This record gives sequence, C-alpha cells and structure tokens, in this order.
Amino acid sequence: MKHITDRALDVARSRGATYADVRIVNLESQTLVVRNGVTEAVTVGESAGLGVRVLADGAWGFASSSKLDLGEADKVAALAVRIAKASATVKKGDVNLGQPVVERGSYRTPVQIDPFAVSLEEKLSLLLKADEIMRAIKGIVVAESSMEIQREFKTFANSEGSFIEQVLIETGCGIEATSAKDGEVQRRSYPNSVGRHQGTEGFEFVLRYDLPGNAARIAEEAVALLSAKQCPAGVRTIILDGTQLALQVHESCGHAIEFDRVLGSEAAYAGTSFLTIDKLGTFRYGSDIVNITADATIPGGLGTFGYDDEGVPAQITPIVRDGIFKGYLTSRETASLLGQTSNGTMRADGWNRIPLIRMTNINLEPGTWTLDDLIADTDDGIYMQTNKSWSIDDKRLNFQFGTEIAWEIVRGKLGAMLKNATYTGITPQFWGKCDAICNRDSWTVWGTPNCGKGQPSQTAHVGHGTAPARFRDVQVGLMK
Amino acid sequence: MFGDQEAKRIIESVLAYSTGDQTEVVLYSSDAALTRFANGYIHQNVAESNVQLSVRVVLGKRIGIATVNAAHNDAIKRTVDVATEIARCREPDEHFISLPGPTTYQPVDSFAVRTAEFTPEERASAVAVICRKAAESQLIASGAFETSTSELAIGNSEGVFAFQTDTLANVNTVIMSDTSSGYADRYAVDVDQIDVEAVAAEAIDKALRSRNPTRLDPGTYEVILEEYAVSDILDFIAFLGLSAKAVEEERSFMNGNFGRRIVGEGINIWDDAMDPRGIPVAFDFEGVAKQRVDFFINGVANAVCYDSYTAGKEKNKTSTGHALPAGDTYGPLPGNMFLGPGTSTKEEMLASTKRGIWVSRFHYTRDVHPTKVVVTGMTRDGTFLIENGEITRPVNNFRFTQGYLEALNNVLAIGKETKIQRELYPFNRVPALKIAAWNFTGVTEY
Repeated sequence: MKHITDRALDVARSRGATYADVRIVNLESQTLVVRNGVTEAVTVGESAGLGVRVLADGAWGFASSSKLDLGEADKVAALAVRIAKASATVKKGDVNLGQPVVERGSYRTPVQIDPFAVSLEEKLSLLLKADEIMRAIKGIVVAESSMEIQREFKTFANSEGSFIEQVLIETGCGIEATSAKDGEVQRRSYPNSVGRHQGTEGFEFVLRYDLPGNAARIAEEAVALLSAKQCPAGVRTIILDGTQLALQVHESCGHAIEFDRVLGSEAAYAGTSFLTIDKLGTFRYGSDIVNITADATIPGGLGTFGYDDEGVPAQITPIVRDGIFKGYLTSRETASLLGQTSNGTMRADGWNRIPLIRMTNINLEPGTWTLDDLIADTDDGIYMQTNKSWSIDDKRLNFQFGTEIAWEIVRGKLGAMLKNATYTGITPQFWGKCDAICNRDSWTVWGTPNCGKGQPSQTAHVGHGTAPARFRDVQVGLMK
Repeated sequence: MFGDQEAKRIIESVLAYSTGDQTEVVLYSSDAALTRFANGYIHQNVAESNVQLSVRVVLGKRIGIATVNAAHNDAIKRTVDVATEIARCREPDEHFISLPGPTTYQPVDSFAVRTAEFTPEERASAVAVICRKAAESQLIASGAFETSTSELAIGNSEGVFAFQTDTLANVNTVIMSDTSSGYADRYAVDVDQIDVEAVAAEAIDKALRSRNPTRLDPGTYEVILEEYAVSDILDFIAFLGLSAKAVEEERSFMNGNFGRRIVGEGINIWDDAMDPRGIPVAFDFEGVAKQRVDFFINGVANAVCYDSYTAGKEKNKTSTGHALPAGDTYGPLPGNMFLGPGTSTKEEMLASTKRGIWVSRFHYTRDVHPTKVVVTGMTRDGTFLIENGEITRPVNNFRFTQGYLEALNNVLAIGKETKIQRELYPFNRVPALKIAAWNFTGVTEY
C-alpha cells in the first residue's frame, strides 16, 4: 500500500497541501443472525478504499474512493485539495496542528482464537442452540441470537513522515428474548442489550460469554417481566449494574468530554457540552469516589487500538479524579488550543469518513465494594440491570434511562422483580450522589458498538469499564 | 456511476457466474459530498465515491449473502463464491418461498443535473450565505450542506431488472446566540429548489426569539408541534409497528387492532414512494415496484408494509415493495411516509391556544415502551410558552415522556402546509399538529 500512500501524499503536496494524510482501510466482516429458529442472515462483507485528508490555504478538505490504484490516488488527492481551498473561502483562521507527529510502527489486536478461522457452521450451531433454549420457554415470541466479527486492515501515512500499519480485530455476540401477552411486550438481553457485547478479542470472547448457558435464564426473566410490578415512581436509592452504568458513563461523560463538541463542532447535530473550558481542572463532576479514565490501551476494550487515525499512539488520560473534571478527549488541532498535544482519540469509521474525536474506553475506575455487600448495605432501593432506553439533552445534562429489569431492595435483600424501570437526572447532580462503587471483581469493559456522531454520520466502537454503583436520591418511575 | 447498460451487464455477469438455484444482485453506487460548518466557518468538507455489490445466492431454501465494494470480475467471482459457500453451510429457511419475479414500475423524476454537478465551490458559497446572515444578527451558524448522486440497480434470476438514478440535496443549520438556538432544514431532488437565504432566515428568527429563556415547571400542556417534531412521531410509529414483521412477531400496536380506530379520526398516514411531493423511489431493494400502503385511514388501523419474505408467510399477501437490503433483519419498512394535512394554519393554532407550549423540534428521542409507542426525548432549538393566543416568552427545554399513539388521539388541529423531513430512514411529509395534552416530565437548565 505504500506506493499508493506515497503517490497520494505527493499529489496533495504538489497541488498546494501544507499537510496531508492518507488512510487505506480494508474491512472484512461477518454478521450472523438467528431469529425464531431461522438463520435469518449470514452475511460476509468486504469494504476497502482510501481517504485523503489535507490542509490547504489553512483549511480542511477530504476525499475518498473505493478504487485502490495510483490513478484514483491522483484524483482523490487532487479533489481533497480542491475541497480544502473551497473551505478556505469560509474560514476564520488557519488550522494549527501543533507539533508534527512522526510515528512508524505497527499494531495487531492480540487474540487467542482467530474468529475468522472458526467455521460458519460452528458459529451458527452455537447461535441455533441458544435460540432453541430460549424458544422452549413458553411466552417467548421472539428469540434472537447474533454474532458480529470484523477485521480491519489499516494503513496510515502522513506528510510529516508517519507510516503505520494496524490490524484491528473485534468479536461480538448476544442473545435477546422478547415476550408478549395482552399488548404488553418485554425483553431481556445478554450479555448486553442493543444487539450485543463486543470487544477487541478473538473467538474466545464468544466462548467466555456462553450464550447457550444463559439462554434459559434470559428467556425466563423476559416472561416473568410480563407479570412483574411496575417500577414505582419516586425519589429513591438505585444501584445500577455494570451494563447500564456503561451507557450512563457513555452518555453523560464520554460525549461531554469530546473537546470538539465543547468547541461547537457538533452543534448542528448532536449538540455541545456543559463541560465548558472554564470548568477544566476545577468543576465538581461527581462525588469524591468518582474517578474516570480514558484508556485506549486496555486489553480487550472495544476502544483499544495501537494508533489513532492521526497517527498518535494510544494512551491513557485522566478525565475525572476524586470527582473533579480534569481532562478532555482531544485531537492535534483541538489540543493545540489548550497548549497540549493530542491524547490520541481521533477515529474514523472506515476509509470514507474523516477522523473525529471519539471515545476510546472511558472507564469508571473500580471502587471497594462487592456487589453482595453493596446490596446488603442498602436498606431501601432499586437494583436496575441492562439498558432498554436512553435519552439525553444536547448539552449532556438532562438524561433519562430505562432498564430491562429491576428488583426492589428491601432491608438489604433483593425482593420483587420490577418492569419498565426508568430514572432521570442532571449529570453532575447525579454523579454527585454516587456513594459506592463495586470493586474489580465485578468490573468489566463493556463494548458499545453503536456510538453515532458527525455529518455524514459515523458509528464508533467504544468501551466502558464499569462495576455496579449506588446513587442516592434519584427520581425513578417516569412511565405511567 | 455505471449507467443502466453497464449496470445491467455487471448484473448479468454475476447471474451467469452463479450456480445458485436463484440469485439476486444489488449494485449501488454513489458520489456524495458534504460541506460542514460550525462557529461560522467551514470546519469539515468531505467527498466520497463508493460502490456496493451485494449478492444473495439461494440453494433450495438455504440463503447466503456476501457484499463487496467493487464490481470488477475478481470481486464478482469472489463474492458469488462466498455467498454460495454460506448458503451451503447453513440451515434451510422453511419460510422462504422465492425471490420475487418482475413487476412493472413507473420511472420517477428523481434526478436533477444541477445537483449532480454541484461543486465544492458552490457548496461553500451557499454556506457562506448562511454564516454571513447569522453574523449580521450577532449569531453563530453551524450546519451542513450535502449533495449526492446515486444509482441503484437490481436484478435477479427470476427476470427482475430495475434501475434508478437519484440526486438529493439537503441543507440543515442550527444558529445560536449565547442563550438560544434556532433550526431549519430543506430537502430536494434539485438543489436549485433550496433557498439558503430562507433557511438562514428561519433559523435566525427562531434563535432571536428564543433568547434568554426562563424556567417553566414541567407538566401536561397543550402543544403546537412544528413539522420537525411531528416527523419524529411518524418515525417511531413506522419503526415500532408498521412492518409486517412486527405484526408477525406480535410486538406491534397494530396486533389485534386492524379495522379499529386507534388514533384520531382526522389522522391519515400512508406510504407512497411514487408521490412526487416526497423524494420518489420506484422500487425496493428486491426490485419490486413500490405500492401505496394506507396505514391509518380516518384513524382506523388498516395495513402494514410487506417484502416478499413476510408476504410469503401469510395467505393472500404480496410484497408491497418495502424490502430493505438482504441481510437487514429489521423487516420491511416504510420509506416515504405522509401524514395528511388539515385546514389550520400555525397562526390559527396559536390564536386558539389559551395556554400551551410551542415546540420547534425534538432531540434524542428513544422509545420507552414499544407497543404503546411511549417515547422520551428533549425539546430543542426554540420552545415557547403560549398564553391567550400569543407566544409570550421562550422557556427552557423540556424532557417529555409521551405515548405517541395517545397524542394522535388528542389532535385538536392539523396544519394545512406540509414539509419534507428526515431523521432516521423514511422521508416524511408532515404538517404541524396541535395536540391537547403532552406530558413534559423534566426540564433542563437552558
């Protein structure tokens, strides 16, 4: 690929680019879905192309194409420069990328079992077994089991001298059981909702989560929810399980710390952020026990890689320490505004998208409690598990979440099952009421493979390390 | 872009190579460009040229699907081989009847040369107008201007060949002061139909009028929803209940309700991809001609949409031409929805409101309960208190948790003008609505 990247960089420079980078990406994927006893989809996909990003006349341009040859590299690089010069007719100042980034290296996701070496038959057999077990439970109307595997070959080169090759592998899987009766519909998912849990791992990920072994429990819970009590309304103490807390972190912290959002770059679509620059270093985001870290290096995390899509090495950044807001996710351009260097969070969804500041693995650091002790310590509360719905305002303040299932906690013991559990809050007030976090025994880096941002839209695969945590004085029960 | 002759040649070469009992080929190509701006200047500016070849091979009742983003011979052979191998190794699907046969479709007027030839410089000039006009009012503009050209060619071993070329232009903008924002957007096949000055003026007006909002307690209010918000109602109804697959799986609000009135008498909702007042499309992703489907007639639940697979599972049903690409497990979906207009102007709705909330737009809506279509979300970009027939002040944005079907049962007035909107998949042409009761459950700080 170096002959193509070299050519594109040369053409970009000759046309007037003061900076250029090239990404060549080849994404291989497998999607398997079994639904109600039928193998509904087995799709194998391949998408390859190159994208050239340039600065010319102080402004950005980007062009991309699915054709990978020298002639197309010429055309794409020339078009990128033309687009940049058009951008420059509506600019307010020249883009400053800070110090050059010169990295030469490679990275490959470490895996134990190559997921592409496992036969489709073996994968389908596992999904069909889980499906059969779920459908055997009376009351289930939809049983779905799925698997998603991808391998991304990525070459990055820039005009400053970087040349990086990466192979990023991901494996994801999940089951979902839907019950229905008399107009009521309930759902249970495992290991996580919205289709699946996913990580930068091999097929060992699927084996570890044992979909067939959890299928009966999930289906039984889905049916039990039909006749469960409605989650009561009121101000309550809640314990959120790790999967729900992962989405809480994602929406109320992860997006809020994207520095491009703070600067207004996403105002037209997903919004801005309440974490304005004046709050950096001093704002109380949460209670003293709340510590949040951005970590692109953690093994198996869905947001783990070797280098970001500006060639900056993966790294660890403190975001919240002892409840105080300490850091943003940055790019070369935005970090320079803070007098810093990029902390390596620019990620593009494929060859045909520009990199944007995206979450990596945004982790709530574990605390000191076991889950059993935390429940035993809670006199009156609600334990909520597995996300079902989510919504937050365009500054990341007012949120509302719903979970698939919940249980009353009465005098330190789990009691009745509850359905349609919802809770709402304002981000810093909510995190300020966090008074206990479970320890590393129940800490998992949960994968969120469906994070949307940008125009045209992009989907990022990100991770959140969480363990269950308790929050006091939370408004619950928003559904009538 | 290939053109119809070359696309047909490619499809025929795939069909000739395949050894499947049946084979379907979808060839999609696109050239798209988007100029994005924030803080009053262009900060991202992109262009993409892509091809997608999708092959579905059927061996008996075993189906394999493979995709590649190239259309040369090596890619074709590799993709057909992979799809065939997948079909061999999987279980048969006893519900599968057949790929569809040919249907007759009418070509639609969906292509404009001006859009196809719109240049980066022209997009930048259009953006400059919006940014300049915002700056003249001491406001900051952000948004995007997109133009695209696409070709969709579908062929199968049963004799289907369908070909359409489309163009689409879209501009959207959020214009902000320190304490407020306003939004506007436009969609058109022909970029020359988009008046960027009018788009800017609409968003600027809203941003100016919504400055310095104050807090109003949440609660249940009469509301006037602008078209931007009404489109969200159609999106959720479509996704949660208007697919034959949702009905077959007993998770639709239509289950048990066909022939019964479940929304207001004045509510008529249908899908018609051939209507030139929408963004017309002649056929679906199986090459089946689009048909009009009337979901609600005078509030009565009437029908849902089908693809060939869901139609094959029921007696006396045929595809209505709403198939998504093979491999998408969502099932058939509406793509071009209409909510029938009424007779009221927005001014008349306002004048008749004693106390209520004017809602410009929703943000980040998600379903909380699928069969009741209970949705939560925020208001955004201009929310106002109405008192005694007038807008008296802007208010902080609300969170709502509202049943959308319940809301459609409480419609007091339907707008006579309509707008095309799109947030998720379908293009929706909708009027404004005045609704008797809307449940605001929270309020944010701005």
